Amino acid sequence: MQREFDVAELIPVIREMCIKVNRILPPDVREAIEEQRKGESFETAKTVLDDIIENYHIADETQVPICQDTGLACVFLDVGQDVHLIGDLEAAINEGVRQGYRDGYLRKSVVKDPLRRVNTGDNTPAVIYYRIVPGRQIKLSLATKGFGSENMSQLKMLRPADGIEGVKDFVLKVVQDAGPNACPPIIVGVGIGGNFDRAAEMAKRCLLRPTGTPNPDPFYADLEAELLNKINQLGIGPMGFGGRTSCLAVAIDSFPTHIAGLPVAVNIQCHVARHIEEVI
Amino acid sequence: MSRKITAPLDPELARSLRAGERVLLSGTIYTSRDAGHLRFIEAMDRGEELPFPVKGAVIYYVGPTPAAPGQIIGSAGPTTAYRMDPYSPRLIRAGQLGMIGKGRRSPEVIEAMREVGAVYFGAIGGAGALLARSIKSSEIIAYEDLGAEALRKLEVEDMPLLVVIDSLGNNLYEMGPESYLKEEK
Repeated sequence: MQREFDVAELIPVIREMCIKVNRILPPDVREAIEEQRKGESFETAKTVLDDIIENYHIADETQVPICQDTGLACVFLDVGQDVHLIGDLEAAINEGVRQGYRDGYLRKSVVKDPLRRVNTGDNTPAVIYYRIVPGRQIKLSLATKGFGSENMSQLKMLRPADGIEGVKDFVLKVVQDAGPNACPPIIVGVGIGGNFDRAAEMAKRCLLRPTGTPNPDPFYADLEAELLNKINQLGIGPMGFGGRTSCLAVAIDSFPTHIAGLPVAVNIQCHVARHIEEVI
Repeated sequence: MSRKITAPLDPELARSLRAGERVLLSGTIYTSRDAGHLRFIEAMDRGEELPFPVKGAVIYYVGPTPAAPGQIIGSAGPTTAYRMDPYSPRLIRAGQLGMIGKGRRSPEVIEAMREVGAVYFGAIGGAGALLARSIKSSEIIAYEDLGAEALRKLEVEDMPLLVVIDSLGNNLYEMGPESYLKEEK
């Protein structure tokens, strides 16, 4: 049996998600920050982390957005194949974003054209990722991605001979290059394999994973732990002022790839890691 | 302990600030980002006066969220400063003494800072709700069409900042991690 679904129902849901995610930092991110605060020994780093924690408490109380860069809306839609969508899906998603950014007093950070640079005035269009999956549900994830960290992301097509050491070196290089610019402590999403664009999409989707949840494959879970440990030995620290707490989590995803290739994408996320999910 | 300082900056005071020092900034500052900086440079090219008094000025790199009813300003944390690197040396040589942002600066900016005696302050990125608390008034004085990037005049009180790069070129982004790593050994 098909499920009939009017896409207009998505509008208020997305509106609410945009507002909520920009005001209330997800609990998994708070836990990661507060846990690392306990292990921090460097004085400057402690005060910066305390300010970061105080900031999201102020946002909770005052409903002022956690960060002024309320981001580019990245909408991830998994649509069950038994759902029959009625209406213009893309228009509905953008209407939800438009209403959320208007009614939530969020910043409009989108320009209509990358070179001609005129603001669209309503933070649309969103970047939308669609997947068709089994079932009758619609899963909606939203990440409002700030560009301080997005700008520090990189992708490289490694050679198979570069292997796991090449991947580690590249991830560490991207994190070093990002340094203070990406608002550390950061979360690092890594996509390994697939092709050029799949690697980047995997890296971005990794950032939706609850912070600190390891990859189900122990091989990649070990690699995540090793990279996290190595990044936190670089000394960058919160906001780049020095300290242990440079990274909250490394999340890796992988996909089969071509015999000639080893694509690696590293998507950097700042400490205001805003992600939210709804199942409809 | 934090040192209390006032904007616009006195040249002697600006020269006395040292990387790593905490300060609480009060007084009048101006907001601008990429698009606003480009307009400053275009105005200077045309031989026009800048729409704010540049001597001793502190520019805060911020594009705030809109103020909700009853608020002075929305969330107002710093944006990444390197995007202003192409424009800053010229403004510094015109008399700007302070910049507030986050992230690294180019050698050209640091050279201009040493030459003139200017300072680069860091505010905590992603702490826009906390930083908004030190903003006591906000007024758009030019480039209103730029929206979040309009030129604003802000009155601030005890805004918590760190000196990241001082007028001698000392850089907390190098010193901080170095001294942490030394402490760890």
